[in-house]
Amino acid sequence: MELFWYIVLMGMLATYIVLDGYDFGAGIVHLFFAKTEKDKKAVTNAIGPFWDANEVWLIASGGVLFFAFPTLYASSFSGFYLPLIMILWLLIFRAVGLELRGQFHNVLWHEVWDKAFGIASLLLALFFGVALGNVVRGVNLGMVENGVSAHEAHYFFLPLWNPTFSPSAEHLGIIDWFTLLLGIIGVVALTIHGANWIIFKTNSGLNQKLKQVIFRLNFVLLALVIASLLLWHIIEPDPFHNFIEMPWLWILPLITFIGLFGLFKAQQFKKDGTGFLFSSLFLFGGFLTTAASIFPNVLPSTNSINPSLTIYNVAAEEYGLSVGVNWFVVALFLLAIYMVVQYRIFKGKMDDVGYGEH
Amino acid sequence: MEDMLFYDRIQFAFTITFHYLFPQLTMGLSLLIVIFKWKFLRTQRSKYNDAAKFWMKIFALNFAMGVVTGIPMEFQFGTNWAKFSELTGGIIGQTLAMEGMYSFFLESSFLGLFLFGEKLMGQKLHFLTGFLVFLGSWASGFLIIATHSWMQHPVGYEILENGKFVLDNFSALFSNPWLWPSYLHNQLASVVTAAFVVAGVGALYLLNNKYSEFGRLFVKTGVISGLVSSILVAFPTGDWTAKNVVEHQPVTFAAMEGIFKTEDGGSEIVLIGQPDMENKKLDNKIAVPNILSFLTYQNWDAEIKGLNEFDEKDYPTNIPGLYYAYHIMVGLGTIFIALMAIAAIQLWRKKLYKTKWVLWGLLFMIPFPYIANTTGWYTAELGRQPWLVYNLLRTSEGASPTVSAGNTLFTLLGFVGLYLLLGMLFLILVGKIIKKGPETTIS
Repeated sequence: MELFWYIVLMGMLATYIVLDGYDFGAGIVHLFFAKTEKDKKAVTNAIGPFWDANEVWLIASGGVLFFAFPTLYASSFSGFYLPLIMILWLLIFRAVGLELRGQFHNVLWHEVWDKAFGIASLLLALFFGVALGNVVRGVNLGMVENGVSAHEAHYFFLPLWNPTFSPSAEHLGIIDWFTLLLGIIGVVALTIHGANWIIFKTNSGLNQKLKQVIFRLNFVLLALVIASLLLWHIIEPDPFHNFIEMPWLWILPLITFIGLFGLFKAQQFKKDGTGFLFSSLFLFGGFLTTAASIFPNVLPSTNSINPSLTIYNVAAEEYGLSVGVNWFVVALFLLAIYMVVQYRIFKGKMDDVGYGEH
Repeated sequence: MEDMLFYDRIQFAFTITFHYLFPQLTMGLSLLIVIFKWKFLRTQRSKYNDAAKFWMKIFALNFAMGVVTGIPMEFQFGTNWAKFSELTGGIIGQTLAMEGMYSFFLESSFLGLFLFGEKLMGQKLHFLTGFLVFLGSWASGFLIIATHSWMQHPVGYEILENGKFVLDNFSALFSNPWLWPSYLHNQLASVVTAAFVVAGVGALYLLNNKYSEFGRLFVKTGVISGLVSSILVAFPTGDWTAKNVVEHQPVTFAAMEGIFKTEDGGSEIVLIGQPDMENKKLDNKIAVPNILSFLTYQNWDAEIKGLNEFDEKDYPTNIPGLYYAYHIMVGLGTIFIALMAIAAIQLWRKKLYKTKWVLWGLLFMIPFPYIANTTGWYTAELGRQPWLVYNLLRTSEGASPTVSAGNTLFTLLGFVGLYLLLGMLFLILVGKIIKKGPETTIS
């Protein structure tokens, strides 16, 4: 039962990253590449009717985490207190920027909310990458100092950074050079992803420029991914052990690399959606590969006193988990219907939807 | 430790109070929008559709505010109340996860269609999407109140040796005797807010001599729905809710009614008075004898337990706060019924649209249902203190063990600043929509 809910949760989080990922990416594109009013309009039209529903995946994933793995929810949310609250603030700023911009036709007003929307999107992409880095690197569970736990074995608290910015320091921080590297990968990957979405959903004049941007960023992304793989052994000496024990798991990195290499080829295909398909594969596969590499851990311990959190020591009891399957399956079925309806009605190019005009 | 708990509580109270200003309007307003849309389908008169579209704009703005301020609520269970989440997540996680899976996906998928899809879908489908948004928002309320009810009156659980609450009966969560009265009471209160807002905006238009056709429609709709909902919110649903408190939380009932001592021969109902906690009495009291006994037990002489019968360590933490919250809610509720009854009589005599003082009354009354809803929730939440899970888990046992007071104060200040900004922007935008008024379709 734990395994079932683990797969559900990881699937939901991966879906969230793919869906809200293009919203963040569109925000970054908006910040750096959309110069004219028309370009900006194209960006907001492409995500306007979707971002809210995409964000629900985060809330729903949070709900499933709370219900199926309450100890992990309690431990990680209190331990990563500051960055999580900051993510909330950024999500608020981003939504406000997007929704308020079109309310008044004034240059200063537009400028303020454009920046709020763009910068919040950029920081969110960075923070989510950093967050993933923190989870795979692990934390000092129980806050062990000189061999003694200061708290219960599954609680911890991390400051935003430590003076050395090192992932192997005794006192860890949220931001170190390893987690920052994953954060930057997040920014680059989501920029490509968002640009692909805009190309897919609009006929704007921005598209040609974005194709070039994607082409250049692909090389940056490939270099960063290779760098992170080479450095990975610092946080996990044996990153392949799960893949060796369970060879079918290789499908996950395979998906990731099909996505990554597909991005280089995407421009040769006729359909505008191909690039988006490949960047989705990359994000989906990349996240799941990372999660699978630490399985069954969900939050590794960096000390030898307290054990890592695994899906088995953080889960709710059997009865609750099994009863949840019933309502979850029904909800998933309904959700599939909503998504089909939604994407059918808003299918194709979104240039004329007139989002944010009041 | 004390400071930490204090800031955790203030932060939750502040963020939930601000958050609930928005859903309390959207839940009720979605019902009224569905009614406008329904009238349009039945009569084909475009003013109903124009009215629906006007209120949709206000709905959309409030909904967006509700969403962005709602995400911090779910997060705070984990960030600030980690111990509580760890111990009870197997139970309240069920209803909270269901809220995400059932109502948020429903609302967010169909709200986009409802707002942008009228031309693409045709009127019947458009009505349907509106109805689904209404359904989603009321389902959300239901699952939140189910969670709330479990904390007030835990059912279907078993406690393990390590202190964890484990679910052993899923359906008990939904047949909880606390749930249905609270849910109906709360939803009707939400309709009260929406009705007063709709009537108040209509009154503004009539007093201003602008958009008068819509002014009349809004006042009429607001007054009829306002009268019905403000009566039902008091009786029977408010009455049921109070009887739950008497039965399951008698010490809370004594505190909220301001009953310090058990009285022989029936208890009086306190209308006004200030609790003096040092001398355990009410100052400047105005009360009516025996009414409380009658309302509670339909017996003039029934005994109602006073605070003197309970152990002080189980007293609600803030008795004066609880007492005032409850009395403000009840007092305002009474005024709502009176004003809506007068307005309804004038409407029936076909004089309402010209009776200026009633229109002014409706306009000025707009903020008060918000206050009544908020104080109603304060009554429920302060009444549950000092417990998180009534009689089983104390609030002091639920906070996050590793988050320091300084960090919580930091985020609290951040929320205060951010929400002040949001609140100002919200008021400017609502003002803009109301000033611009409904757009008339030329058919």
